[in-house]
Amino acid sequence: MNSSQLLGITTFTYLFSTLLYVALFVFKVKKLGKFATCLTVIALLIQTLGIGLRWHESYQMGIGHAPLTNMYESVVFFAWTIIVMYLAIEWKFKNRIIGAFAVPFAFLAMAYASISNDATKGISPLVPALQSNWLIAHVITCFIGYAAFTVAAGLGLMYVIKDTGAGKRSSDDKTLLGSLPPLQQIEDITHKTMIFGFIWLTAGIITGAVWANSAWGTYWSWDPKETWSLITWFIYAITLHARHTRGWGGKRVAWLAIIGFFSVIFTYYGVNFILSGLHSYGSN
Amino acid sequence: MAINNSPTNVFNLVWNFFASVKLALITLCTISLASIIGTIIPQKESLAWYAKKFSPKIAQFLDLFSLTDMFGSFWFKALLGLLSANLIICSLDRFPGIWKQIVADNLATPLKRLVTIKRNASWTTSQPPKKAVDQLLPLLSGNGWKMTTRETENGLLLFSQKGAWTRLGVFVVHTSILVILIGAILGSILGFKGSAMIPEGQSIEKIQSVGATAFIDLGFQVRCDAFAIEYYQNGMPKEYRSDLTILEHDREILHTSIKVNRPLTYKGITFYQSSYEGYKDFIITLADKENGNTKTFTVPFQKQSEWQEKGVRFGVINAEADGERIARIKIWFADQDGTPSVFWMDSGSQVTVDRQGKHYLFSARQMYATGLQVAMDPGVWWVYSGCMLLLLGLFTTFFMSHRKIWLFVCEKNNTTSIFMAGSVNKNKTGFDGIFSKLTEKLRNLN
Ligand code: HEM
Repeated sequence: MNSSQLLGITTFTYLFSTLLYVALFVFKVKKLGKFATCLTVIALLIQTLGIGLRWHESYQMGIGHAPLTNMYESVVFFAWTIIVMYLAIEWKFKNRIIGAFAVPFAFLAMAYASISNDATKGISPLVPALQSNWLIAHVITCFIGYAAFTVAAGLGLMYVIKDTGAGKRSSDDKTLLGSLPPLQQIEDITHKTMIFGFIWLTAGIITGAVWANSAWGTYWSWDPKETWSLITWFIYAITLHARHTRGWGGKRVAWLAIIGFFSVIFTYYGVNFILSGLHSYGSN
Repeated sequence: MAINNSPTNVFNLVWNFFASVKLALITLCTISLASIIGTIIPQKESLAWYAKKFSPKIAQFLDLFSLTDMFGSFWFKALLGLLSANLIICSLDRFPGIWKQIVADNLATPLKRLVTIKRNASWTTSQPPKKAVDQLLPLLSGNGWKMTTRETENGLLLFSQKGAWTRLGVFVVHTSILVILIGAILGSILGFKGSAMIPEGQSIEKIQSVGATAFIDLGFQVRCDAFAIEYYQNGMPKEYRSDLTILEHDREILHTSIKVNRPLTYKGITFYQSSYEGYKDFIITLADKENGNTKTFTVPFQKQSEWQEKGVRFGVINAEADGERIARIKIWFADQDGTPSVFWMDSGSQVTVDRQGKHYLFSARQMYATGLQVAMDPGVWWVYSGCMLLLLGLFTTFFMSHRKIWLFVCEKNNTTSIFMAGSVNKNKTGFDGIFSKLTEKLRNLN
């Protein structure tokens, strides 16, 4: 058994837990709940094993490094963090419906990692610029932040859905929207997840700056990736201020959580694959 | 409404404008939008480049609004200045209020106000008030609540608080942003950035300033003794290393190697390994095996060199490249006796050349120049301190709170009644749990 096989199994297991959580939400088969949680925990353990094994494999190849250094590895870690965060929320708030809005992201991330050509799965050695502990700190902190923002967006989506006329006041477990947690609680968890993400993204931008400074002597050079991470950071700073000092609540904050998520995805993915096209100097 | 133009009113208007959070939101949105533009339009290219990529008209337009170097433009800096002014005035505006809440005399809170606090509990005990309080105090302080007490006309008021200072968290967050910006300004005024390309064996005392044609005097010399690249088995680069020597007035001060991510700092100036250039010259070292005489030569491609004392002539007559890197070279080697030796060798390796009765150790490698990034940035420690403050401030703001409890103990008809209230500035549900646990323990005392 090698790490790719374990991570492949993880992808499928996340797909099954996604289906279970969605079934739990749509068909209200309460009995599925425990099963969904169990399966997710098992998938998480398999994934943890897979990541650990990949780490071990890199050492066996004589190019040992933490499995956090390319697109594939970071997406896998991203999915892992989403699940850890979701399970923590499920445990703390005793609510499994949230799973239908969080676990799919982990599945999608894993599916993307395994089928996309952009994310090469091979373990490759580290070029000199990447040989830095600051890089590891940078990837870990950023992706914890990104995962938190992803969960926050899932919660934001849940809020927006619940907030449609029918769901608003309904707490009747038998209706679809009624089984969602009360708006107040969704908003509270969204906010908590967002501030959690904000502090990690802050740490991520800082460690990235320290890394850049130790490698090139410039902690900030306004390159598109840096700039987009700052834009993302601003979006969440704006959200916190609007909520805290201008009393923006519920729906607006939920939408901002969703917008923030798109900014996260763009920072992470778009900059590499969309802006890089604009910035290709190949013709010169 | 008539406009009153008296100085204080103008001052108030300006002050309130800069103290408003609305302005902060607008500024942050504007900076974000501007930044998006700055990532879509490639930055810092020449005007001709934009003219070719888009059209001359658009290039002119971009230039007019400094969109080609947006982040260095006056208007972008003005936006950051506006944000700073906003932060300063807003902080000054709110600080007295925050401070008042930190040092407030909470024992002066009127009973009327206390009873309106929602998070409360009350119970009675048969003990006289003094005794009841003596029982309560140890348990409270055991839970970290050191009470202060005051006699009022109606009864005894007790108060304690935790984390009053955490109210400074937001203040620290905002100040830290200013500290980071100060660091950035210091760096751009007092520091410099430059680059240098030093061929192996040579030294420099000036570097080329980035973005300008000017040269910057280092005040000392840097020599590149050697540059080396190590490769992984699959051909990817593993390490770029330069052996550098710092000299002052031709005296060697310091000898060290730098790698990517492992720069050298001397007198506040830091040297970063950033690039290299391969030459079609070779560094050839010859050693006579008999007496150990050694000499090193820099030999251009397909040019003959000579070691006169030994009467030896040699040169590189052919080379095989693997990408940029020269992998193998063909050597021509002659002395007075016999036909010249011609052989292939790996660049960077050493071979023995056997001539009639004479043996030479022959090593050859491609010559490189190391490319260094050079920077002096006295602001960087401000920036790093600001970053630490930012994290500390955020942690305090998000995860810590100012918690207060009051107990009011009074006697009525021979029973002592106790009223307890608690307030917190954030994370209210978390405090609810703590409060009800505490009241539970206190109630069970008798
Ligand atoms: C990049 C810049 C900024 C960052 C990172 C930042 C960060 C923060 C954070 C984290 C909070 C706490 C929010 C919460 O508790 O949920 C906060 C609160 C606040 N910020 Fe900012 N801020 C920035 C700029 C500004 C500016 C320019 C102003 C100017 C008006 C401002 C005014 C405020 C105010 C009034 C509060 C509420 C303070 C309170 O608790 O009473 N912020 N800020």
